This record gives sequence, structure tokens and C-alpha cells, in this order.
Amino acid sequence: MTELSQTAQHGLSAHSHGAGVPLQIRSERVRSASVADFEIITQREEQWRYLPVDRLGDLVDDVLAEFSGDIALKAPDSVTTAWVGREHPSFGAAGLPEDRVSAAGWASAEAAYLVTIPSNAEQDCQVQLSVVSEDDTASALHVIVEAKTHSKSVVVLDHRGKAVLSENVEIIVGDEANLTLVSIQDWDETSVHVASHFCKLGRNSKLKHIVISLGGKTVRITPSVDYNGTGGDAELLGMYFADAGQHLEHRPYIDHSVANCKSRVTYKGALQGEKAHTVWVGDVLIRKEAEGTDTYELNRNLLLTEGARADSVPNLEIETGKIEGAGHASASGRFDDEQLFYLQARGISESEARRLVVYGFLNEIIQQIGVAEIEARLTESIEAELARSVN
Amino acid sequence: MSILQIKNLHVSVDTEQGKKEILRGVDLTIRSGETHAIMGPNGSGKSTLAYSIAGHPKYEVTEGEILLDGENVLEMSVDERARAGVFLAMQYPVEIPGVSVSNFLRTAKTAIAGEAPALRTWIKEVRETMDGLRMDPAFTERNVNEGFSGGEKKRHEILQLELLKPKFAVLDETDSGLDVDALKTVSEGVNRAKAANDLGVLLITHYTRILKYIKPDFVHVFVAGQVAEEGGPELAERLEAEGYDRYVRA
Repeated sequence: MTELSQTAQHGLSAHSHGAGVPLQIRSERVRSASVADFEIITQREEQWRYLPVDRLGDLVDDVLAEFSGDIALKAPDSVTTAWVGREHPSFGAAGLPEDRVSAAGWASAEAAYLVTIPSNAEQDCQVQLSVVSEDDTASALHVIVEAKTHSKSVVVLDHRGKAVLSENVEIIVGDEANLTLVSIQDWDETSVHVASHFCKLGRNSKLKHIVISLGGKTVRITPSVDYNGTGGDAELLGMYFADAGQHLEHRPYIDHSVANCKSRVTYKGALQGEKAHTVWVGDVLIRKEAEGTDTYELNRNLLLTEGARADSVPNLEIETGKIEGAGHASASGRFDDEQLFYLQARGISESEARRLVVYGFLNEIIQQIGVAEIEARLTESIEAELARSVN
Repeated sequence: MSILQIKNLHVSVDTEQGKKEILRGVDLTIRSGETHAIMGPNGSGKSTLAYSIAGHPKYEVTEGEILLDGENVLEMSVDERARAGVFLAMQYPVEIPGVSVSNFLRTAKTAIAGEAPALRTWIKEVRETMDGLRMDPAFTERNVNEGFSGGEKKRHEILQLELLKPKFAVLDETDSGLDVDALKTVSEGVNRAKAANDLGVLLITHYTRILKYIKPDFVHVFVAGQVAEEGGPELAERLEAEGYDRYVRA
């Protein structure tokens, strides 16, 4: 891709921050279930610097309503679900809030929707959880997905409708388990969705975590990964498409605190239209004890029109030199002329060549989901977005 | 019967040292069914000629013309040239991540033909053509040129040549990086396209070995952006024996 702005392609160094926002070491960030432990939200806080507070609406409140929409489940019989209270051992097992909206949601949701993938679940264990809302009262939802030891499954969290939602999703991957978790944000154009995903990886487990953000006025997803044993392998993938006036923000965080674990982060986005804004902040912390860590993070943005803005900030903090590898790359730019030339040289018109290049750029992430009907739906959504705009 | 005429073509590129003229007055006429070999040392402008015919934006035509059956090719966009019947088999085909070969081929065929091909006959035609090029059917599910070996890329280019059925094909060093078996397979594909569609071929190469499999009617020796000598197939044999030294020193 042509690299125009916000370019970084190196390892082993921290990025400087803009004036007015204090530098904060990730490991020193507050973790708490109590709203009072967090500062009032302003753009002077590193966590909120790219997000104008008024876009959050009533999610800035300390107390939120319980989520009142529908949660529909499509899953094999062996998969169990239940609403569980705070006393349940899985509640809070994957982590604690790291920002104020998450803490407000945590405190406001009295029960969590727990989905349990049993130990014997095999490859074809596909779970679809539709979260549908038609109410824009600021509300809170807590979901826990627990993939038991040795299980293999795909879980899709599909968000649609109208909502102003603070969501906490705990993702517990048991020892030797293999989980693909997909979170789709396909809200209507007025919705506000702030979600924290807490991923806890067991020994020799594999998590493929995929975020797809298409619809919503403001969407902010912060997936964080914690390792609970050696040999954990986390692959974080993301795809987003921002139209005029949309703010789509993703902040993956990998906390390497255990030796010999691996992480790969790949987020790709396309932007079109006036004031389409995307933010990607990728934090990776390799603690002193995390020897043998292997990590790489990458963010690519394709700016399809003037007036759109992509912020892309990779951060790498390394406290030990005894690692396998650590690097990051970030680039935001326009079309690759050589790709367009190749397609046009086969008779494909310039506008169609552009559509095909963007489609392919984003489809690379969709191809990773592995649930055919979901892939087909997302592919259609992208084609519809592109038909609207890329000429 | 179609005719591709290149008249007094001058082409420049922008370099860090300023504008540099690469082609300095090239004249060539190719008719349907003819095969012209363009041979020459590295840096003589062979690939520049190929890309200029296809319309790559990096190459600026400063003088001369290219006519396809009398139509001014230089006024056409890249895709218009392709739809008019000009095909470039590239030396370095570009990766298109996330776009499968089957999607790409169908899109290109639809663009060239002006309508989508009937699905069943199209799938059959693709499979048979791939068979001829000894390509695995699973190949169509891969993303365009992504992770392809050198040989796979060249087979994929010739697959497109056979399926898109242009009037003229420019083959830019299609032989480079191929072992003998792959070279034979790819050459057979070109010969099939010639026989099936009365294709005119501009075969750009540094070496003579591909000419054993694709017989040229004419050979043009390219030196310093101009045709230095022209002749029949016997000229290629002389180059095989003597190399390009004679021209480069002159």
C-alpha cells in the first residue's frame, strides 16, 4: 500500500505522544470494578484522547440500565447457557475493567450471560449469539464465553439494532482449548457501543479473536489478552469500514506476563466520507518474566475519499531482552497503483478495480471466520458499502 | 485480420535524476497470427515497450503513436486497451490479497466480453484450460498471485491469455524463472492461444531458449531503446551463438 501518513515500521521502541496528554505506561493503568476508581472521562485521558466525550451519550453515567434487548442463541445441544450472578466463579475470572465506561457496565449488570463450551466440543461446534436491541437507553450487558479444556469451537457475537451499550465480554479459553470468537458490530447508524473484551488464555490454548465493525455511530472495542499458562497463542484480527460521521475505535492490548506465549494482531480498515474517523491503538507489553515471547502487530488503513481520518498508534513496551521476536507496522494510505494497473490490464474498469481491491483488502479478515453464512453476509455488507461509494 | 502498429515511439520515465528517455523511436508492425520476438540485453527498453503498450502510468509517451486497427491506443485507458484486445503477460504479476483467482477470472472475463459468462460452460472452460497448463483445480480458490511460485505466476498469466482471448499478446519475459518443464507447458499454452484465436504475439525475452517452443516469424534486436537489427528466425540463432556484445559495443 502507498504509505502516506502515520507510518511506523520498526520494533523495540515506544511512540511519542502528542502534546497535552500525559504518557502512561500500560502496566500502571487502573484495573477495577468500581467506577469511582476512574477519572472522569475527558480527552486529556490517554484512553479517551481520540473520542469526543459527547459521542458517548449517557454511557458517561455511573449507573446504567440492565440490557433489555434480545439474546438469541443458535448452538449445538451440548453448549449450555445461564444467567449467573457475581458469586459465580467465572464472573470476573478473565479480568477487570480498565476504563470508566466498562466499570459502569460491570457495576450495573447484576447478572452475566454465560455460554459454556463443553470439553468434548469438536470442530463443528458453532455458536451464534445474536444480541439485538431496539432501545437506546444507556444500558449494560455482561457476557462470559467459557471454552473448556480441549474444546474446539467458533462463537459469533452478533450485535444488531439500536443501542447505547456498555458491554463487557469475558472470554475464558481453557488449557489446550481452541476458540475462535467473532464479535460483529452491525448496529444502526445512531448506536453507541463501548465494549471491553477480557481474554484469558490457558496453557497451550489458541484464541482467534475477530472484531468486525461496520455499523454504529460510535463503536469502541478494547480487547485485552492475558495468559494463564505457557504456550498460549492469541491471534487478534479486526476489520472495520467507516462511513461519513462514523467513529470506529479499536484498542487491542496484549499483556505478555507468561513465558513462551505468542501473539499476532492484524487490523484492517477502510474509510470513506466526510468525518469518517477510525482509531487503532495497539498496545503490547512484554513483562520481565515473559521470556520467549513472540509478538507482531499490524494495522493498515485504506482511505477511499478525502475528509476521512485514520489514527493508528502501535505501542510496544519491552521489559526483557530474551524474546523470540517483537515488531509492529502501521500504514494508512490510498490505493496501490500496481494492483489497479494489474486489474485494469485485464479489462476491469478503474472503478470496479478499486472496489475489488478494497473488497479483497477487507475480505482477507472475513476469510478467517470459518462460518460460511456469516462470511457471506459480511461479504455482502462490504459489497453494498462499496457499491454506494467507490467510483 | 488485425494489425498493431507502433510508429516512432518515444517513451520517458521520471527518475531521481530527472526525466529519462528509454525508448528512442521504435517502429514495429504486428499482424494477427504473427509472432515477433523482441530480444535484447538488460536495460535496452524491452519491458518499457511492453508496459507502454499496456498503458502503465509510469511511462510517458513523448512522441509517436500506437494504432490497433487504426484506432489510437494511446488515447485509451489501461482497461480500454485490454477490452480492445491487447493483453500483457507480466514479468512480475501483482498480488491482490483477498480476491480469489476464480472471482478475478470471472470479473475479467465479464469486463472483456461485456457480459457475464454462462456459469456452467465457464467453469468447464476454466477447468479444461487449467488442465492444459497442468494446474491443480484447487488453484482457483487461492488469492490472486498470493504466495504463488514463479512458475505458478507465469501459468496463471497464460491461463488468462487463453481465457480472455485477446487479439494481441505482449509476453514480457514469460520465460524468466521457469524450469524446462514449466517452460514447455507455458509455451504450449501460448501456441494453443495462437492457434485458437489467430493471436498476434510480441514475445519479449533475453534468452533464445523459449524460441525453441514458440517459433518466431520475425526477430527484432533491441538496443538502447531502438531496434538495432531485424530478421527472421535465423537472427535468433546468431544471437544464441554470438550474444549481444556486437551491438552493445557498436
